[in-house]
Amino acid sequence: MRAFDYVRADSAEGAVRDAAGGAAFIAGGTNLIDLMKLEVMSPETLVDINRLAMNGIEDTADGGLRIGALVTNSDLANDSRVRRNWPVLSRALLAGASGQLRNKATTGGNLLQRTRCLYFYDRASACNKREPGTGCAAQEGFNRILAVLGTSEHCIATHPSDMAVAMRALGAEGRR
Amino acid sequence: METNLEINGTRHRLDIDPRTTLLDALRHHLGLTGSKKGCDHGQCGACTVIVNGRRINSCLTLACMHDGDEVTTIEGIGQPDNLSALQAAFVQEDGFQCGYCTPGQICSATAMLEEVRNGWPSHVTDDIASGAELTDAEISERMSGNLCRCAAYPNIVEAIRKAAEKSA
Amino acid sequence: MTEHFKMDAPATEHRLDDMAQGLVGAPLDRPEGPFKVTGTATYANEWQIEGMVHGIMVRSPGNSGRVVLANRDAVAAMPGVLAVIQDDRLLRNPAQGTADAAPIQGARHADYTGQLIAVVVAESFEQARHAAQSLTVVLESGKTVTVDPDTAAVEPQEGQAVDQGDLESAMRDAAHRVDVVYSTPSHSSSPMEPHASIATWDGDDLTLRGSYQMLKYNRNELADALGIHPDRVRIISPFVGGGFGSKLGLSPEAVAAAIAAQQLGRPVSVALTRPQVYEATMRRSETHQRVRLSADGDGRLTGLGHDARVSNLPGETFAEPVLQASHFLYAGSNRQMSLDLVRLHRMCAGSVRAPGEAVGVTVLENAMDELAHEIGIDPVALRLRNIPETDPESGKDFSSSRFREALESGAEAFGWADRPGLKERREGEWLIGYGMASAARINVLMESQARVTLLPDGTARVETDMTDIGTGTYAILGQIAGDMLGLPRDAVTVVLGDTGLPPAAGSGGSWGAASSGTSVYVACEAIRRQLAERLGVAEPDLMLKDGRATYANQTQALSDVLKGDEIAKLGHVTPGDTSKAVRQATFGAYFAEVAVHAATGETRVRRMHGSFAAGRILNAKTARSQCLGGMTFGIGIALTEEMAFDPRDGHVTNHNLAEYHIPVNADVPQLTVALLEERDDWANPLQAKGIGELGICGAAAAITNAIFNATGVRVRDYPATLDKVIAGM
Ligand SMILES: Cc1cc2nc3c(=O)[nH]c(=O)nc-3n(C[C@H](O)[C@H](O)[C@H](O)COP(=O)(O)OP(=O)(O)OC[C@H]3O[C@@H](n4cnc5c(N)ncnc54)[C@H](O)[C@@H]3O)c2cc1C
Ligand code: SF4
Ligand code: FES
Ligand code: FES
Repeated sequence: MRAFDYVRADSAEGAVRDAAGGAAFIAGGTNLIDLMKLEVMSPETLVDINRLAMNGIEDTADGGLRIGALVTNSDLANDSRVRRNWPVLSRALLAGASGQLRNKATTGGNLLQRTRCLYFYDRASACNKREPGTGCAAQEGFNRILAVLGTSEHCIATHPSDMAVAMRALGAEGRR
Repeated sequence: METNLEINGTRHRLDIDPRTTLLDALRHHLGLTGSKKGCDHGQCGACTVIVNGRRINSCLTLACMHDGDEVTTIEGIGQPDNLSALQAAFVQEDGFQCGYCTPGQICSATAMLEEVRNGWPSHVTDDIASGAELTDAEISERMSGNLCRCAAYPNIVEAIRKAAEKSA
Repeated sequence: MTEHFKMDAPATEHRLDDMAQGLVGAPLDRPEGPFKVTGTATYANEWQIEGMVHGIMVRSPGNSGRVVLANRDAVAAMPGVLAVIQDDRLLRNPAQGTADAAPIQGARHADYTGQLIAVVVAESFEQARHAAQSLTVVLESGKTVTVDPDTAAVEPQEGQAVDQGDLESAMRDAAHRVDVVYSTPSHSSSPMEPHASIATWDGDDLTLRGSYQMLKYNRNELADALGIHPDRVRIISPFVGGGFGSKLGLSPEAVAAAIAAQQLGRPVSVALTRPQVYEATMRRSETHQRVRLSADGDGRLTGLGHDARVSNLPGETFAEPVLQASHFLYAGSNRQMSLDLVRLHRMCAGSVRAPGEAVGVTVLENAMDELAHEIGIDPVALRLRNIPETDPESGKDFSSSRFREALESGAEAFGWADRPGLKERREGEWLIGYGMASAARINVLMESQARVTLLPDGTARVETDMTDIGTGTYAILGQIAGDMLGLPRDAVTVVLGDTGLPPAAGSGGSWGAASSGTSVYVACEAIRRQLAERLGVAEPDLMLKDGRATYANQTQALSDVLKGDEIAKLGHVTPGDTSKAVRQATFGAYFAEVAVHAATGETRVRRMHGSFAAGRILNAKTARSQCLGGMTFGIGIALTEEMAFDPRDGHVTNHNLAEYHIPVNADVPQLTVALLEERDDWANPLQAKGIGELGICGAAAAITNAIFNATGVRVRDYPATLDKVIAGM
């Protein structure tokens, strides 16, 4: 893991300002720290957004839900409205990772987590996603966990989020 | 980077490299080696600790992100001559062999039982709109973030069930 | 003061059955349990040593060539970095179990991707990790090398071949036959504690706090690697976070820590990262196995053929002994077996829990299931019909065998009679099937020593460099000493895991408990004789219980008998004629119920039972736990475990616990285990045999045979993942 500057954001605007250049937001950290340890991702500045008030789940006027980016996977899966009215979302979340990880993983981080392609994680391998233009080691490699549909000649990786599948099925949208 | 942690009821002030994970802060800087490192990537659960009441993998979080947080490690759950009900049940049911995954299992189970008490559903819960009974299948599913290569799993389930029944 | 005992004749006197204290066999809790559950047991990388610095090892990015550290100076100048070490003494790969000498050394040439070729040491762990990752490793003048077992050069292992009778004719003339090819992938031991060593030098004396299974060998391996006298080396391993074969022999981090600590004059800790554990310790070789079985109209085997191909790195002699139990498990007079070794530039192959039988018995048991189906008889009946009277190849007697009882009582306990017909049972989306398999593993006694001291206060201390890797050594040695000396369990202290103590057999090959237990027993017998002498009675007339000696209608506290003295005896056992005179093995049977999802092919193990006989059981609780562990390894082998090598450079692509799938809690039902009463007089004076590996030897076949019963699909290339099952449905 490369050295970085650590800053704790106290407002969304501040966070966005701090995040200019080679910075990354850190929420639960369960994906980012994993990748930083392997130096697959190496932000120069880490902007900790955990103290921002973005962990609410609110009813919307049209009968939907507005889910904060920092709502943890556990809190979302466990929300009584989600369990009652959108059980597929709870089920998808509960099918993923582990109890410990879900306690840390956030809604925003889960959507923005990187692929689990084994070659993306291995800095000794060519990978267009990690280093555009180097090639894709997965195509002739061990790729049992990768995509069979919707691939391109540059990359056959899948998005690993279980939650995202349910969100997609429910027609969720990202909003500011 | 200066960080204040409240660990097992005691306040610790640390001045460490921001790259230090909570796990390494415990093991390398505070001499609290009860929390184990099995993978360092969130895959095994050996490093499980309880932060502000919730179980997490201490290897995938930075110590500096926890300024002011309350951390409970295995050392805070019980001591050899003062075992918690779960710890005693693990000894009695042989819920371990080599013992390396064990502190993580026990921290995880301690918080897991609280999750069940609070009505959290799991992947194997039939009706997720209501709460769950603590069946063997529920215990196994909820404890699956804690790997045990010695495979004490059946005994771990037994230990957790017995400890939960006792405290109920 | 040394009592030497050589196992030359059967031990027909069952003394442990007569001891008044009654500890041996009882399901007692592990004495070290309270430390393990509170995080106060100290594992290798947990010693707090003043001035300690951290080393991280660096891998080779390729599989052949001269190693050049291109930016070595720049890395050496990074913050906190103390040294970048490339040294000819670093190990190319770990030592094989019981090697007793260094394996191939040399960090200047890479032979496989992932080989550990340097160590970077820094003040802090974070600095060392980043510096190690910053090192640019270049391989020069590498050759194109083979990483594919199907195209590699073959070396037949002559010593393993069997050619008895005429299998070809037997196959031709048989009423029923199967001729099948199965493959199993490489497996990783994946202990939960990564390999780690802390080295400290005091002048010329090295102390290594490591995580090892066989300390007396490891000490010699380390001394040999460093070119120093073994007397200068002490290894301490009181707690080992699992090994399963991967910590039998010295591994690369120990030598790296020792070299770095000497160079820097400071204590150095080197722990392998999880990917390094996968890439640079040991793998179980993949196997390619052909089994031929011929049977008469009644299902009696007339012939048995087993041919296997395994692999290893150039220069390594270990060849996965796939045929080990095929030699004696079943009758059949026409027998042909062979083992081929191919040379590959993949990481080193070595012992992973139950080398040989874990995969060899598994495939043989699949073939037996195929034969039972072919003949149309019950799989249990087929086994019962083919239990050999004596070893079918050597003609020697079995030392003891409860194979038949294990099959019969196991079937009863599981409810085998309720087995559904092929593809007959369905519950909603799930197809239900039952399967079974036999279990078999060779039994071995090894040289071992222990010192037992009866202290003036009437308590005792047992000391040996034996390890407890989760196997229950702390428990059983205390139980044996307690029984022999008439002491409650709490009055016996067991000290393990330090080469300063008498050298033991080590934990491996399932021989640890019986071998080290016998050394304790031998020492205790000598103490008993001395006590009897003091009291002027014949030793057999002395009854010891609860710290008191009873003899000739008198009773006296041991502390009074000792009168301030202590009695210390060193027990030393060596194997003898009984190792050769008979066939020694353990047997058992597994029964499994699976549910296979009709739409996805996903398999869940719903129930699994094992019945095992392994001589005297020393502690019913810890022995059962060993069986649970073995059966769970079987679930992994059957359904999920596979080291996936990159087809181009042979590196381990799934080198972590998220991608190499060991069973998790939810994959394992509440397994049941029955341990059958048995005494094996030929094994040792405890009449005990090894149980640490028996539970895995064939277990996977019970599950894949159940998948066949549920679905009619035979997956012949392990593991039976859902894609393979669904492809046949
Ligand atoms: C062993 C293991 C198993 C797993 N198994 C599963 C599984 O089965 N199913 C599954 O779906 N997932 C799985 N995961 C992935 C896990 O769900 C993700 O790591 C997690 O959801 C990421 O959330 P986080 O808050 O920790 O993100 P972080 O690691 O904090 O961030 C991830 C990324 O999102 C960015 N980011 C985070 N929050 C914001 C924000 N508010 N605004 C802008 N950018 C943001 C970060 O900069 C970073 O690039 C697994 C992870 C591990 C380690
Ligand atoms: S599939 Fe995509 S992520 Fe994987 S190696 Fe190829 S480019 Fe990289
Ligand atoms: S060490 Fe943290 S999950 Fe494995
Ligand atoms: S007790 Fe050894 S890994 Fe769980």
